[in-house]
Amino acid sequence: MLNSSLKQLSALLAARKISSAELTSEFLERSRALNLDYNAFITINEEASLAQARAADMMIASGRAQPLTGIPIAQKDIFCTRGWLTTCGSRMLSNFISPYDAGVVERFNVAGAVNIGKTNMDEFAMGSSNETSFYGPVKNPWDITAVPGGSSGGSACAVAARMAPAATGTDTGGSIRQPAALCGISGLKPTYGLVSRYGMIAFASSLDQGGPMAKSAEDLALMLNVMAGFDERDSTSLQREPEDYTRNLEKPLEGLRIGLPKEYFVKEISDDVARTVEAAIAEYRKLGAKTVEVSLPNTKLSVPVYYVLAPAEASSNLSRFDGVRYGYRAPEYADLNDMYRKSRAQGFGAEVKRRILIGTYVLSHGYYDAYYIQAQKLRRLMALDFAEAFKQCDIIMGPASPTVAFNLGEKSSDPVQMYLSDAYTIAVNLAGLPAMSIPAGFGKNNRPVGLQIIGNYFAEAQILNVAHQYQLATDWHLRAPGPL
Amino acid sequence: MSRGWIPAFAGMTFTLPARQAGPIVLPSGASAIKIYPEKVLAMQWEIVIGLEVHAQLSTQSKIFSGASTAFGAAPNAEACGVDLALPGVLPVLNRGAVDRAIKLGLAVGGKINSPSIFARKNYFYPDLPKGYQISQYELPVVEGGSVRIQVRQDGEEREKMIRLVRAHLEEDAGKSLHEDFHGMTGIDLNRAGTPLLEIVSEPDMRSSAEAVVYAKTLHSLVRWIGICDGNMQEGSFRCDANVSVRHQGADRLGTRCEIKNLNSFRFLEKAIDYEARRQIEILEDGGTIQQQTRLYDPDKDETRAMRSKEDAQDYRYFPDPDLLPLEISGSWIAEVKSGLPELPQQMRTRFERDYGLSAYDASTLTADRDIAGYYEAVVDKLPSDPKLCANWVMGDISGYLNDQGKFFDNCPLSPSQLAQLLTRIKDGTISGKIAKEVFRQMWTKVREQSATWKSRNSELEENLADQIIEAQGLKQISDSGALEKLVGEVIAANSKSVEEYKAGKEKAFNALVGQVMKAAKGKANPAQVNEILKKKLAD
Repeated sequence: MLNSSLKQLSALLAARKISSAELTSEFLERSRALNLDYNAFITINEEASLAQARAADMMIASGRAQPLTGIPIAQKDIFCTRGWLTTCGSRMLSNFISPYDAGVVERFNVAGAVNIGKTNMDEFAMGSSNETSFYGPVKNPWDITAVPGGSSGGSACAVAARMAPAATGTDTGGSIRQPAALCGISGLKPTYGLVSRYGMIAFASSLDQGGPMAKSAEDLALMLNVMAGFDERDSTSLQREPEDYTRNLEKPLEGLRIGLPKEYFVKEISDDVARTVEAAIAEYRKLGAKTVEVSLPNTKLSVPVYYVLAPAEASSNLSRFDGVRYGYRAPEYADLNDMYRKSRAQGFGAEVKRRILIGTYVLSHGYYDAYYIQAQKLRRLMALDFAEAFKQCDIIMGPASPTVAFNLGEKSSDPVQMYLSDAYTIAVNLAGLPAMSIPAGFGKNNRPVGLQIIGNYFAEAQILNVAHQYQLATDWHLRAPGPL
Repeated sequence: MSRGWIPAFAGMTFTLPARQAGPIVLPSGASAIKIYPEKVLAMQWEIVIGLEVHAQLSTQSKIFSGASTAFGAAPNAEACGVDLALPGVLPVLNRGAVDRAIKLGLAVGGKINSPSIFARKNYFYPDLPKGYQISQYELPVVEGGSVRIQVRQDGEEREKMIRLVRAHLEEDAGKSLHEDFHGMTGIDLNRAGTPLLEIVSEPDMRSSAEAVVYAKTLHSLVRWIGICDGNMQEGSFRCDANVSVRHQGADRLGTRCEIKNLNSFRFLEKAIDYEARRQIEILEDGGTIQQQTRLYDPDKDETRAMRSKEDAQDYRYFPDPDLLPLEISGSWIAEVKSGLPELPQQMRTRFERDYGLSAYDASTLTADRDIAGYYEAVVDKLPSDPKLCANWVMGDISGYLNDQGKFFDNCPLSPSQLAQLLTRIKDGTISGKIAKEVFRQMWTKVREQSATWKSRNSELEENLADQIIEAQGLKQISDSGALEKLVGEVIAANSKSVEEYKAGKEKAFNALVGQVMKAAKGKANPAQVNEILKKKLAD
């Protein structure tokens, strides 16, 4: 059951072979036990989860069940959840019990899903290894000396270790896809604006996008059916007709044109990752797809552009954490400025402070034009690169991460090396496109490798189809670390 | 925005350590802060003033949240999650605030920008919950436009055009309360997120009097078009004044100081006068002006340095990524335009043209929409003499209203009641002098009813003037037989005056008229008395 798909779990619940309370208890038990090693959850609240499970059982009994009713879902601790501690991985919010639900949380509640816990993450989603969390690093369940990736490392670990059937994540520069790749699960970052940002604690508003993390593309499609949708409380939310993201899953791939950006297959990619990704692409050829070389000439600029824009927005977004109204306030201070200084110095970790400093700098008088404006122009060029490439292909493929999971502590003292681990995911956020990572095999030290699939705007159903067809032909996505 | 969780914060005040007590003083050059004696400004100096006015827009809810904007609630009772800047909340623009900005843009003939951009102005202050204020920076919603004001120059009324730079939408901050918290500061975020339109003028004013007239004209305009209640006590209309001085005829502007938060016209005038004197004294003593932000202290009648340009903050403006560029379509503008009333400037011109009023009268009667509406209602009943109507509305009624601290919208006397009184002057039933007495009695009567002309069934006592004239026999004597008799008696009894008149003394004639009026207890028709007297004296 721990390895079952959402569809299978839903069928078991519908057939009353198991109750949501039983299912929830089983995952809770496993989470409690494994969390001691993996540190995937910041908060587990059995009472609240079981109450939701019992309510779900009532929904099922009264015939009002929806596809995810009764299924436990882990929520990244970036989503405000009413009555739950919502920390965003930071000491700053280590005492913040949210008085309201994020749009995404609300949607899962309405769907009757069960919140099984709040997952660990890099502090304020700033990091690629989950090592910046105030609550300690998450371990990679494939190898506890390795990082799970970040920032949605807790969610990736929870799904990979089968502590939860599925989880939510957020992706600002690769924070769903990179940990999904490093933990050997499937993760989808939707088109910007598809999933409400209301109640999702902001890192970089113009890049942040929530999305599902699960074992398979089929599970992601079911999750996205719940998560996507217009929210009037988010001005950047898109008003579109609702879609069924499972509708194209079974389409054959005959004639699919896969674009392979030459800038993604370069010497910076480690050999094991390159080999594994190429093998996956060969599998696609077997499934009837054709490959075509495309070019995304500005790829090398994506990391520098991102590290201007994202910190700029973050420096302002994080100003509200000032110790005045909620959150951490230093225990002792001399006056107001001292209170600000000490609360923020003590409440934020090193990486968050680094990005606030970078962001403050690039927005400062005299530097704004040279950095922020320039980066905005380049951002536009990157979106144009993709538009150009999509004239020649239907989807784009490449690695999700240049390497398999690195060791804990390996890059934490070298921010630039850490930033480069998102070199192939960031451009997608800058352009606002949908993209996913799916398990494609294993590399060095038997650590998972992720294949990145990038679609055009609103092509979620298409990339899910492309991923699902691969998962019908392979079983990488069913591999689990350790015994079940 | 769901407000379900507001009670958790309602009535609660966040407390903070107090900021340094007392005024903020500059470390250097502080000796320049002294009280300057009243002194006549030297002729060769020209004062240059530009105003930034913050008009609170009269929307029901806030500019980026659904919380109420009503004044006077318990601390933080009207601060929802967005206003408290909880983690994860997002701003959603209130369309009503944009409607009002468009209205102002149309009323001043400015350009409505589409798109305009919301930007974040970043700074830390406890009553600024997000750590940034959402405002507009590079592309404001309104650019350009002008306001015409009536100024008196060399004893003559003339019109002056004050150009506007821009008007932009922004949110207000909350309030820091420094008393009542035992050395701590209380934070009330009810005002946080209240919609403001900041209206920035060019430095086109040359005296504090002009600045006040401009501020009053703008104050009347925003109320006229219904975008702001103009309540200055509650802070709905606040002015910052940029003041500099230069030698008369110089083409470059002097270094300016900005005086913050002037919340009455009187303070605006006094602050500018003080500030101009201060700057002139410094310059005449050979000093230079430091660009500063200053605060006016009404108790001491002086301005004090708040911060200088050197410690000016870098606000790190950048486009707010939570809000899309604001697109205003032509049809949106057209829709707002169709709901716009006749503007004071247009009405002023019409009053001059159609009613033959002087520029001064026309501008007084269009000072606000209530007086204009009242006046038009009177003229409607007595179209033959708009000037007479104007004199009474601006004179007697305004005077009586002033005495009671009332305005035209709650005037107890209705326009038709006044019109009947004026009709009785016109048709010769009573003299102007008697009319004043009738008016006094009418006023006493309607005041007793303690209602306003709008709330009272105005049909009830339409003929109040006639009732009083009738009941007290105040009707003018226009019977020529009776008047001839009276005049004859007066001539007989005042032979000295008659002789003087015949000797060419015009004054004596007036004395005789006075005697006739006295004998008639004021009720004689003056025109007729003149005529009969002239005729008899010529005999």
